[in-house]
Amino acid sequence: MRLKITHHTVYNYANPVRFGVQSLRTTPSVFQGQKVLDWKIDIEGAECGPGFRDGAGDWVQLWTIHGPIQQIPVRIEGQVETTDLAGVLRGHREVINPLVYLQTTDATEPDDALRDLAASVGQDLGKLDLAHELSRKVGEAIKYQSGVTSLTTTAAEALAIGAGVCQDHAQVLITVARERGLPARYVSGYLHADAEGNVHEAAHAWAELHVEGLGWVGFDAANGTCPSEYYVRTGSGLDARDAAPVRGVTIMGGAEKLDVAVAVEQVAP
Amino acid sequence: MYYNEMFDGEKVREAYTSLSDWVDHMPSEIRQMKQAEAEALFRRIGITFAVYGEGGDPDRLIPFDMMPRVFTQREWLRLERGIKQRAKALNAFLRDVYGRGEIVRAGRIPARLVYQNEAYEKAVVGFVPPRGVYSHIIGIDLVRTGRDEFFVLEDNCRTPSGVSYMLENREIMMRMFPDLFRGNRIEPVDGYPDLLRRTLESVAPAKCQGRPRVVILTPGHFNSAYYEHSFLANLMGVELVEGADLFVEGEFVYMRTTEGPKRVDVIYRRLDDAFIDPLCFRRDSMLGVPGLMDVYRSGGVSICSAPGAGVADDKAIYTFVPEMVRFYLGEEPILKNVDTWTLWKQDDYKYVMDNLADLVVKEVHGSGGYGMLVGPRSTKKQIEEFRKLIEKNPSNYIAQPTLSLSTCPTFVDEGIAPRHVDLRPFCLCGERIELVPGGLTRVALKEGSLVVNSSQGGGVKDTWVLSE
Repeated sequence: MRLKITHHTVYNYANPVRFGVQSLRTTPSVFQGQKVLDWKIDIEGAECGPGFRDGAGDWVQLWTIHGPIQQIPVRIEGQVETTDLAGVLRGHREVINPLVYLQTTDATEPDDALRDLAASVGQDLGKLDLAHELSRKVGEAIKYQSGVTSLTTTAAEALAIGAGVCQDHAQVLITVARERGLPARYVSGYLHADAEGNVHEAAHAWAELHVEGLGWVGFDAANGTCPSEYYVRTGSGLDARDAAPVRGVTIMGGAEKLDVAVAVEQVAP
Repeated sequence: MYYNEMFDGEKVREAYTSLSDWVDHMPSEIRQMKQAEAEALFRRIGITFAVYGEGGDPDRLIPFDMMPRVFTQREWLRLERGIKQRAKALNAFLRDVYGRGEIVRAGRIPARLVYQNEAYEKAVVGFVPPRGVYSHIIGIDLVRTGRDEFFVLEDNCRTPSGVSYMLENREIMMRMFPDLFRGNRIEPVDGYPDLLRRTLESVAPAKCQGRPRVVILTPGHFNSAYYEHSFLANLMGVELVEGADLFVEGEFVYMRTTEGPKRVDVIYRRLDDAFIDPLCFRRDSMLGVPGLMDVYRSGGVSICSAPGAGVADDKAIYTFVPEMVRFYLGEEPILKNVDTWTLWKQDDYKYVMDNLADLVVKEVHGSGGYGMLVGPRSTKKQIEEFRKLIEKNPSNYIAQPTLSLSTCPTFVDEGIAPRHVDLRPFCLCGERIELVPGGLTRVALKEGSLVVNSSQGGGVKDTWVLSE
């Protein structure tokens, strides 16, 4: 499937920004399920710095911004040819040992409720069945509802609320998977919104669990499925913050307001 | 029972023959006068040590003992070979675990201890810094228990401090007792700043053209080692900067100066990993440089020590350093490790809990003499309190036998008496592996005490290596 992605963000600042730095992980991953046909990133008034592929296989690109500037438009556009691999991240080049993804973070620290949820799944299942079962349980435990959680909501908090968005589903699934000894990570990317008529946003997130023999396998607990040709993967991390597509700081600037528009459309080859 | 470095029974050992004479002929009023003079000199140059969490005078002087600690050339050469060997193995280990992890694949170190270690830095996996060196300044803490018996207590691969004391102790001794240095052939240590600068310059990134610009990055004047940061910057002739003095632009890091921005090639940081780049690590860090890690990873700047170097020096990994020497160098380790019980193993746990009163127990990530129990020097109550801490989180602790640390004669109120000592030499790793002869000798000034940390009542001595 050929997907066209248009991701425009405008950062508006209360005061002129004197200087800023942004580190972007918004370039589609390279693996058998994705072929990048073209990809462009443009930040008005910014200088493109060094780029490199990190140990997790993600492309990282640094930008520096010279002020004074009160509005920073970030335009990301491109086309990707996708193939359904039933969620398996086949042919992805990375060097980080999967055991690193057993480390917990503040956002994925288990509490009793998360431990109970992890333990509620059968003890005699194979690794792959266990992963599917955990994903299903998380989908049941967290109702999809926007506005009840925020960017800083932890897995424990989301489970207590019992509702949230894709970030919460992913972080809860990561936490319970690690609790059961499966290395797990947070993945950010895009989702073609017409898939099965779901209503989620085009900027999407899910989890990847490491299953011996198969390697990394994606699980989208929010949609009760594994990533397919409707998904475009860009980066990963230990939690939402670690996998953030954009990390940045600005000097001066004051209050920041974002206008974001993301579209993922299917186009004819 | 303790090895006395100066006396073999009544007989004075070879290293101390000339010093023995010097001590015997020093009247006590001269000694007191000189001790006061030394203290005044230390105060004047401003070398003080702030002790965390102890309150009192933040600019307290670290006590200086005028009686030098001496090694013969033969003793030193063996130590030097052992230290260099260890430094080489530690860097080989770091290069390996941030690459293919052969030592783990070979089953010589448990994967969990490496990859789930909180000091293991995911952000630098797959990146090989210039010359494959991760830890450029390694402080190796040694204790002696016999004539040829030296043990490594711990390795410090991140940002070991104390080298300024090594340099100042010598400076002050030479100023106060010039005759001693005329009468003895003592290896100099004052080449250290030059050697350090050359080491740092030798790991400049490939993109650097011309002579590399080196800076020292400090957390600021409230840091307890700030004196050392400014002292070293001064002696090396490089800038001392704080995070706010540096910024990233395009592919490089620059330093703000009155003559405009200047490109920086090598950063000797005296700042923990967590604080060097808010985009990559702790986002609330005001001490670091946003974007620094991206420039580092793409080869625009070198960071010494490399982020992630700490995985080689925690106390759990320590037990495997002899294995590293065998695995990477195919040699037998020259320096021995202290026997160590790891409390996450059931058998070890039981043994340690049954023998707390005889052992030293330390936190895996602790340092500076904090969070440790010295069994034989603790009250029953202290031991029971510590037992509760261990029960809560056994994998956070290791235990070692109480070592019979060697003693050196030390000036005390009553004259001269043996006190326990350790040694921290500073090994430099860049194009070559080098170290100046000697290091920092710390001495436990309290009678019978085995804790030499300056935060726990320890002092320092000048350390001599005699020339042939």
